[in-house]
Amino acid sequence: MARLLRFNWLGGTFAWVWLLVVMIPLYWIVITSFKTQANYFVTNPLAPPTDLTFENYKTVIDNDFVRYFLNSVVVTVGAVIPATVISFMAAYAIVRGAGSRLLKAVNGLFLLGLAIPLQAVIIPVYLIIIRLKMYDTLGAIILPSIAFAIPLSVLVLSNFIRDVPKELFESMRMDGASEWGTLWRLAFPLTRPALVTVVIYNGLGIWNGFLLPLVLTQSPDQRTIPLALASFQGQFGVNIPAIAASVVLTTVPIVLLYAIGRRQLLSGLTAGFGK
Amino acid sequence: MTAAAQRVRGGNVAWMALPAFLMFLAFGVVPLLGVLALSFTTWNGIGEIVPSGTTSWRATLSDPGLPHALWVTFLIMALSWAVQTPMSILIGVFIAGRKRYREFLAVLFFIPLLLSSAAIAITYKSLLDPSFGLGSGLGIDALNQDWLGNATLAMATLIFIVSWQFIPFHSLIYQGAVRQIPTSMYEAAQIDGAGRWKQFWSITLPQLKYTIITSSTLMVVGSLTFFDLIYVLTAGGPGDATRALALLMYQQGFQANLMGPASAIAVILVLVGLVLSLVLRRLGGRADESQLEGA
Repeated sequence: MARLLRFNWLGGTFAWVWLLVVMIPLYWIVITSFKTQANYFVTNPLAPPTDLTFENYKTVIDNDFVRYFLNSVVVTVGAVIPATVISFMAAYAIVRGAGSRLLKAVNGLFLLGLAIPLQAVIIPVYLIIIRLKMYDTLGAIILPSIAFAIPLSVLVLSNFIRDVPKELFESMRMDGASEWGTLWRLAFPLTRPALVTVVIYNGLGIWNGFLLPLVLTQSPDQRTIPLALASFQGQFGVNIPAIAASVVLTTVPIVLLYAIGRRQLLSGLTAGFGK
Repeated sequence: MTAAAQRVRGGNVAWMALPAFLMFLAFGVVPLLGVLALSFTTWNGIGEIVPSGTTSWRATLSDPGLPHALWVTFLIMALSWAVQTPMSILIGVFIAGRKRYREFLAVLFFIPLLLSSAAIAITYKSLLDPSFGLGSGLGIDALNQDWLGNATLAMATLIFIVSWQFIPFHSLIYQGAVRQIPTSMYEAAQIDGAGRWKQFWSITLPQLKYTIITSSTLMVVGSLTFFDLIYVLTAGGPGDATRALALLMYQQGFQANLMGPASAIAVILVLVGLVLSLVLRRLGGRADESQLEGA
């Protein structure tokens, strides 16, 4: 298409300007994280540091960063793996049992679930967590995270499983495989790209989640990274370079994952929403 | 295979949907019904839950904070839509071009989506600080405003940050949609002598109709749930200038310990979301009909 047309000046200008707008805050936060506090106040804020220091990172790590990081890892892994497995099972059942009215109803419920915002149900979720005596534990964050990952995961996965030719399922079943065996030996390898997408997408959402940890935990021991960031900000006050280091430190792992799984994430987003 | 056999076979796999179903029932459906029930009670978040009829509803509906929060929510929704949509379309059309550097642009564009709203809020809070931020550091007076301390500026800043966070995502949706427009349509238009501008208005934009509806639905319904960003950035301030519905609910429930009225606000949040989704869907349907009539 682009070949056929003259250069799109308007779109081009906007795109490059917006790239600057996107990059300046990111650039600023990275260079600031390597400046000393004294240097920060006297130098041009957009100039690279003249006195490169790792002191800010040390400050952040000394303030229990590792614990918060591990909490986030536990919550993310602990929610994403079960959420993906049970969503995959449900998606398989919905596609394979397409004649069943029961499964149709379950699928309808999940589709409706796409429209329920977490904010709207946070008070009853809080009540349930208290009654389960799980308040202020990482498990309290994990359970609702799993539940709210299910609707979109089932939607994306069932769309992919539906694309698997029916004959493949039938021949597996003819050979005497159970549905459970067919699920793992046939559907699982064939839907792997979709599974990776779902894992990355849910992982990102849960890693960055703020409301559940805010409402369902209270002690510093149970803090996850987004909550820790907010508390660092209060703690470090005007020590902007330390705040910058905390933001960079919490973002690096996701950017690394993005570098590895970019294609799956993008294809997943368009599969989920681009229709 | 007969329908009966199909149903039996469906029965064989139905159990596999059970774990997901139960999990979603417990933490999605039950809370949704629960929030309606809780809106007819009085509860401070710790003690006993006491049924109290319509007390919470009357308190919520007579609170001047509610119409204000609805107005703020509407303002955020409308302004962020009006800023994001044209820019996302422009950028999406541009990065849809199959050139390597445009792919590269798309990679960089995506980065804001990886950051948590908390990280973004903190970055901007430091960046815009009147004493220690970019404006004072560069010595540019125009940049050196009390961005988050003035009601109008705080709203404008919030809209800007929301755009910063989400324009990349919507550009990406448009990029995908533009690439699906058949090249032959443009070739035909070129033969007819249509220029770039005309092609955009008569081919690209009409072809993007459903994408515009999808993207707008995500923007509009999504803006109802902005919480993390506002909570960390302004906590609803200055005063109540950026106190949107979700934040009002949180403050009533978890800061003022008025879970009954907070639940009523949550019910309103769900209703507003549902109504908006339905209206947008209807809008999509009507556009579709008129096109059929035209053809």
